Amino acid sequence: MINVLFFADLREAAGSEKVSVEADGLSVSELKTKLLSSYELNNLDHAMVAVNEEYSQDDTLLKRGDVVAFIPPVSGG
Amino acid sequence: MMDKNYWITETPIEPNDCIKKVARNEAGAVNTFIGTVREFTKDKRTLYLEYQAYVPMAEKKLAQIGEEIEQKWGDANTAIVHRIGRLEIADIAVVIAVSTPHRADAFEASRYAIERIKEIVPIWKKEHWEDGTKWIGDQKENKSYDKKIPSEEEMRDD
Repeated sequence: MINVLFFADLREAAGSEKVSVEADGLSVSELKTKLLSSYELNNLDHAMVAVNEEYSQDDTLLKRGDVVAFIPPVSGG
Repeated sequence: MMDKNYWITETPIEPNDCIKKVARNEAGAVNTFIGTVREFTKDKRTLYLEYQAYVPMAEKKLAQIGEEIEQKWGDANTAIVHRIGRLEIADIAVVIAVSTPHRADAFEASRYAIERIKEIVPIWKKEHWEDGTKWIGDQKENKSYDKKIPSEEEMRDD
């Protein structure tokens, strides 16, 4: 299982801050497709993706236990 | 006081905590940037703000900014703290302290740090206005949704 974290407006859209998804071996973009089939996440494609706390690309392959965070455009400061 | 130089806190920020971490005999300057909650943005009145962070990654990215500053300006010590949770008008949201042997570097590095925070650190601000709320979600507060991921340089980790 892959742990998926949502933040800001994505968290509100998903109705959850953390979900577990069966996505071992999938790429980040395949995970996105899977999430979009379960949740109304209109802004998912605007989010950056971090795998295990480092920014990653759509073709990054996921393995069991990875933590994938969807990071909407940031606005700290 | 925290034992690290880069941290996220849910409690009010004391700027001296940041300054003390970088003060040293070799420094001729300690520049401090304090970011505060603004009441009016143009004609829109903010009642309060809510900040959220991906805390462990945010602390790592703040530390990365400190490393970038060392690479760019050499002898610089940096400390950064960002607050999350509910912040009232005029509360301190972020403090950056940079010490360097000469003042120009401290000014420049502080400016660099706040701009980088707005690019790569996973922290979000939700505006609570009189007539609604919104997660502010545009990089550097400019619309740039097409830039989905940071550049190669921004993704440099070590």
